Formats: sequence, C-alpha cells, structure tokens
Amino acid sequence: MTGRAYAWEVRKLAAQRRTYLGLAAAAVAPVVLVVAIRVRPPQPTDPGSPFFLRYAVDSGLAVPLLMLLFASVWLFPLVAALVAGDIVAAEDGNRTLKTILTRSAGRGAIFAAKVGAAFTYVLAALLTMVVASIVAGALASGIHPLPTFSTVVSPSRALLLIAGSFAVYALPALGLAAIAILFSTISRNSAAAVVGTLLAALLMQLTQILPVLDSDAAQRWMLTTQLQAWQALFRTPLDWGPVVHAAYISVTYAVPALAIAWVHFVRRDVSG
Amino acid sequence: MSVAPVELRGLRKTYGGLIAVDDVTLTVRPGDIFGYLGPNGAGKTTSLRMMLGLIAPTAGDVRLFGKDPIADPVAALADVAGFVEEPAFYPYLTGRRNLEMLAALDGGDGERIDEVLRLVELDGRAGDRVRGYSHGMRQRLGLAAALMRSPKLLLLDEPTTGLDPAGMRDMRDMVRRLAGEGITILLSTHLMSEVEQLCNRLAIIQLGRIRYEGELADLVARSDGRYRLDATDPARAAEICRAIPGIRDVAAEDGSVWFAADADAAASVSVRLAQDGIGVRALVPGGRSLEERFFEITEGDG
Repeated sequence: MTGRAYAWEVRKLAAQRRTYLGLAAAAVAPVVLVVAIRVRPPQPTDPGSPFFLRYAVDSGLAVPLLMLLFASVWLFPLVAALVAGDIVAAEDGNRTLKTILTRSAGRGAIFAAKVGAAFTYVLAALLTMVVASIVAGALASGIHPLPTFSTVVSPSRALLLIAGSFAVYALPALGLAAIAILFSTISRNSAAAVVGTLLAALLMQLTQILPVLDSDAAQRWMLTTQLQAWQALFRTPLDWGPVVHAAYISVTYAVPALAIAWVHFVRRDVSG
Repeated sequence: MSVAPVELRGLRKTYGGLIAVDDVTLTVRPGDIFGYLGPNGAGKTTSLRMMLGLIAPTAGDVRLFGKDPIADPVAALADVAGFVEEPAFYPYLTGRRNLEMLAALDGGDGERIDEVLRLVELDGRAGDRVRGYSHGMRQRLGLAAALMRSPKLLLLDEPTTGLDPAGMRDMRDMVRRLAGEGITILLSTHLMSEVEQLCNRLAIIQLGRIRYEGELADLVARSDGRYRLDATDPARAAEICRAIPGIRDVAAEDGSVWFAADADAAASVSVRLAQDGIGVRALVPGGRSLEERFFEITEGDG
C-alpha cells in the first residue's frame, strides 16, 4: 500500500507548479553562475575567492562544485523546503487529509509515502542541479582536467568525484528535508514550514559567529556544516572522516525529526 | 442478528472547556436511512469525524460493523464510505485523476470509475481540473468517490447543502436508490424536510446531546389524534370545542384551533359548529409535523 501511495504522492508533486519552481531554480542557478563567471572571470590570485572559483574558467567541471558551495547557504535549503515543507501542510490547506485518510491506506503508509516523495524530489532537484552545472560548465569552459586541493585529476576522475560530491551533499540535504517535513506536519501551514526550515538552516549557520559558543565544536554538530563535507573527496589521500561524520549527523537530525512528525501525524485529530 | 453498521456508546468529545459531543449513544441498524438531525453546531460533524476515525473521542466508543475506527481505521472502514463537511479533492488534478488516486489507496485499479462518474452524471466533466468544479459538482464527485468503494454503510454529511433545488432533488433520489440497493445510510442534516422525505429512523442532536432516537413514524405518531380547525370565529369555535365530550387539549394558535380527539368526537365538531352558525373552513387531521415535534423536543417540552 505504501508503494501505491508513494507513486501517487510523486504524481501529485508532478502536477504542482511549486515542484517545477524548485527544479527550475536548480537548473537556472548554474547558468546564472556561468554567465557571471564569463562576465567577470575570476583571477587565480583573487584573495579569499573560493578554491574552485579560481579554476572555473579553466575547466567547466569546477562549476558543479561551485554550485554546491554557493547553494549550501540558502538556495538548496530553499529548494528542498519549498516542496518538503508543503508535503503535509498542503493536505491541510486543501482539506484533503480527510479524503485520503478514510480510504484503505493507514496513516503510517500515507506518511511514509510523503517522506519518500519529498526525498525523491530533493534528489531530483540535486540531479537537475548537477546535470545543469556540468552542461553549463562544459559549454562555457569545456571539459578539462580539474585541480583539486592536492593534485589535478582527469575529466573522467573529476566526473566521478562530482557524482560522489552530490551523493555526500544529498545526506544533509535530506536531513533538511526531514526538518521541513516535521515543520510541515506540526505547523499545518506551508509558508510557516518553508520559512521555519530556512530559519533553522540560517540559525545553524549563525553558530559560526556566536561568541558564546565554542564555534568549531558547535559547527561540527550543525547539519548545515555537513553541506560542505563533500570537499573531503578532493583531498589526496581521500579523507572519509568528514563524509562519515556528515552521514552520522544527517541521520541524527533526520531520524528524530521524522519520528516526531510520524507520531504527530498518526495521532493527530483531522478536523477542518 | 447481524452486527449494527453504527454503534455509538457514551461518545464524548471536548476541546478544552468546549463540549462538542456529549455522551452520544445511538445505533444505526442494517438497511436504515438514518437521519442525524440537528441545528448547525450541534455536534453532527464532530460525531461523523469520530465515526470515520479522523478524530479520537475524549471518551466513549464507536463501532462500525463491530470494529473500532480509531484503533484500526483501515479494518473498520473496509465497508464504509462517505464524507464530512464538503468533499475535498486536489484542485490541480482532474476529477478522474482524483478518483484514480483514491482507487489506488483502496488497493483497486479504478475499474468502477467510469460507472460511478456516469452515476453522478460527471462523466462529461471528469477530464477537467477540480479547481473549476462548482460546489454541486464537488458534492457529486464526493458521492462518486464514496460509491467507488462499494460500501455497505454510507456516511453523508449535509449532502444537499449548497445545491440548487434540482441538485437537491437529484441527490435525494440518489440516496433513495442507494438505500434500495441495500446500503445503510447515515444522513447528517439540519433539514427536517430531508429527514421526513428520506429517513425511517432518526436521532435528534442538540448542543452535543441526543434528544431523541427512534423511528420517524413513532415521533410523528405521538402527534396522532390531533386536529387543526380553521373556522370563521376561532375564539367561539375553541369555546364550543372545549364543551364537547371527548375533545381534549384545546388551544387557539395563529387563528387556528388545535385539539386532540378520536375520529368520532372530531366529526361531531363540525356538526356543533354548524348548529351555532360558525363556518368550518378546514378540519385537518395529523396536526404536528416533524418540524413542530423537533422544536418541542429541542426547546424543552418534548
């Protein structure tokens, strides 16, 4: 039953405008980045410029990595929250929970289907972003060997590392989606859930500058910090430590968020 | 004896200090068209939500065919369908796609979709998005969605509210037809005429409490033996009636005289009035309608 419910949750997403808004943002952002790089090419000597930005003109393969870097702050949290924050609250908005909860699928199955659909969307948005980045980068700068923090890798090796980077990035991105689902379930209001998720992401990033905290230790435990963990793949020898830590932190955030949301969804009164 | 389609025992729902449903006990028997009658805000919809497992009672039990819709909604609702308040659908999907989705959630493949769409006369508009449907079309789609489950019990919450007169007539015809096919129907409504036209049994709910449960015929029969008399001189007519043996409970209201009597005593009234030169415009048996009984009960003297 969960499988059927999941298939319909995905179809419902495919029939909604906001789904395409998120996917379009994921597709257009790399194009904007590439245009900006063409208009004002970065200089390798620019102080403080992100590592991969210095090589974006030399190899189009730097573009997807730059996208991951820039998207971490708010773009991808917004893209994820846009749909994950709506997935339960939209049922309250349309008053359709009573329609689907009086059929032959249990509340647990409906909730699992919604989580599955939201995660599917997040992965689809990430895939859109990586494909758009590679295509935009290749058209602007061509496919050339890519400098890493330690060496220079061939285009085929770079593509493999890019795929790995997006996989590692997906872990905390799904963690953020889980938080958005929690807010969506509890607030019963799409806008509140989207804003709440962005605010949570922002607050986690703000711990960097809070003087009362041991900033480095606090950062290690923030979900948003894990959005940078993929960079470990570009060191030689490859350092799996940050990747494993990112997986651990992502699960630590996602599981309680989904558990609380599940309990709330299964037990709540459906009125209105 | 077969299991009751609906059995409520001491059902109660409170929201903070507000008591929405208070100790509701009632039984809907197989084959009933059961009217759940009460003014707006009486607790009808809250009761229905508890029956459908959408909200948990504060106290008491619901059983649908002997099963608890709160503990195990999927099992308890297996032979049940219906809607509370107005039926709600995904506005961005077509009517047909909405039904396809609900059929999938029922574990079926939607083989009855064409049939139920035809039945509610929506087959011509099934390809349109629900966003563009009128209120009446949504009501009909709600009924189609319910019928698709081939239910043995149909819970309908104010199904004719907001429909135009033709829509109301069609919906009532449909309810009659479904009952004729053996489906038990619980019809929540604030329209007394609807209960009179459709139902065999009813419960009257007011301020969350059941004020009457039983046969419609019994309720109206309590007013049997009553007559309404319209005469040229109501005041004198009332006096004369009081003097006739066998005439009881004489009351003059709104220019008519009401009294209770057996058929022979009632017949003697017209004779006596004629002798006294008073014209009889109407002498009508039956007397009180469900509406009058309803107000007697809900306003405290029932």
